[in-house]
Amino acid sequence: MSASAIKIDELRKSFGPDLVLDGINLSVDSHEVVCLIGASGSGKSTLLRCVNLLEQIDSGRITLLGQEITAPNIDQNLVRRQIGIVFQSFNLFPHMTVLRNVTLAPTRVLKMPRSAADEEALALLARFGLADKRDDYPDRLSGGQQQRVAIVRALAMQPQIMLLDEVTSALDPELVAEVLDVIGELASAGMTMVIATHEMGFARDIAHRVCFLSEGKIIEDAPPAKLFTDPKDERTRRFLRRIVDAKRL
Amino acid sequence: MFTGGGVRGTIMSTASTAIVLALIAAIFVLAPGARTVTHAFFYGRGMWQSFIGDPKKGYYSVGAAIWLNIRMFLAAEALILPFALAIALIRQSTHPALFPIRVIATIYVDFFRGVPLLLVVLALGLGVPGLYLPVISHQPDAVYGVAALVISYSAYVSEVYRAGLNSVHRSQVAAARSLGLTQRTALRYVILPQAVRNIIPPLLNDFIALQKDTSLVGVLGVIEANQAANIYASTVFNYSSFTVAAILFLILTIPLARFTDRLIDRDRRRRLAGAT
Repeated sequence: MSASAIKIDELRKSFGPDLVLDGINLSVDSHEVVCLIGASGSGKSTLLRCVNLLEQIDSGRITLLGQEITAPNIDQNLVRRQIGIVFQSFNLFPHMTVLRNVTLAPTRVLKMPRSAADEEALALLARFGLADKRDDYPDRLSGGQQQRVAIVRALAMQPQIMLLDEVTSALDPELVAEVLDVIGELASAGMTMVIATHEMGFARDIAHRVCFLSEGKIIEDAPPAKLFTDPKDERTRRFLRRIVDAKRL
Repeated sequence: MFTGGGVRGTIMSTASTAIVLALIAAIFVLAPGARTVTHAFFYGRGMWQSFIGDPKKGYYSVGAAIWLNIRMFLAAEALILPFALAIALIRQSTHPALFPIRVIATIYVDFFRGVPLLLVVLALGLGVPGLYLPVISHQPDAVYGVAALVISYSAYVSEVYRAGLNSVHRSQVAAARSLGLTQRTALRYVILPQAVRNIIPPLLNDFIALQKDTSLVGVLGVIEANQAANIYASTVFNYSSFTVAAILFLILTIPLARFTDRLIDRDRRRRLAGAT
């Protein structure tokens, strides 16, 4: 299969008068990790939400594994099963235990028997050091643990692609590493990922490509070694300089 | 829960309670008509007579009649819960095709929250039999009473449900849908359980009111507790039967009220614990 995992063509999206995405073109290969960087409001989150069909796009097209998912008669639920998304604010289901959070979609969407779903969920939880939290409710967990559970919950649907939307931005600094480690492990396992992040050091280490977004456009798209050391565009340079000044790189 | 804590708090609250009770008792005892009123409402023999009833003397047992209130309450509650939820879900829907039903649901809620329950009871109880429809027009009066309770209370309870649905953050919907759950499955397993949890205290509050409002069905001539007390009072010319009815209603409502308070308290503690 030569088609890219995700291919986005001329994607436009506005909220009322605000044009948030202004002609995005992006292609992500299978097993590739692409980081989206840019100031708040540059459209990173909206882009991810559009790919997961949580936002309706105004124009353009998104293709997932060769299938156009923005076509009118597409089954959105079927598309979303193949794409995992993890949010900045975790969004775990507070009325369910960790285990039920993870098994809800496999049992209700994939109609997996409860025992099989439990078994797979426990294996995933164990893999990310959460086995002893299986019966806890989310509000008993630290932010880092909650975010790891959210990642496991998305992985339980065995997605083709993972979208991570600033997953460490709501965390206390000392909890960031444990979440980034999980993402690093996914990357080395070959998961295709698109990651919106403010963690520049992390982006440099993990990404195959880094895209700099500004005002709803991808200004620069390059391997991290190139983008972080020799940015082409003045806007990228200015953004990176601010990051360096803030001692975030 | 109400005391300020410590021995001093307990003494102060006990003392102030005693003073208030003494004042109220003094008004009752010292009022010019105290003896007459006490006899009319708290006549021991009368209370017992009306409690057990005596059909030969022309009055019914208030104690037996309260059983009808309980049955009407239970029947009404069982119907209100799903019916009100359906109304709330219709009003929350966004699909363009559902627009007409949404309008009807909105008018329904506005109308029946605005019309006194007593009038709805009378309208159904006197109107429906007059229609001479097969089956529907030939029900016992209590059935029309329960129907009126369901129609009226569903309007209120649907608004409680709606508040509950709105209290669940939109990000929960996004999280559920992003996992591939359909709208229905997300509602069933993610949104509704959280919404219902948030509205249990106001729901129970409405049901305490519903327990009492079953007495309005008495205007149709149904022998429920209040009506039985009324018949006793007008037969024997003593109001102690009303006191009996009041006590019986209190026995029903107080446990539910205490239970509601405990739930509210527990919920508040849980939220506070979660906030730290």
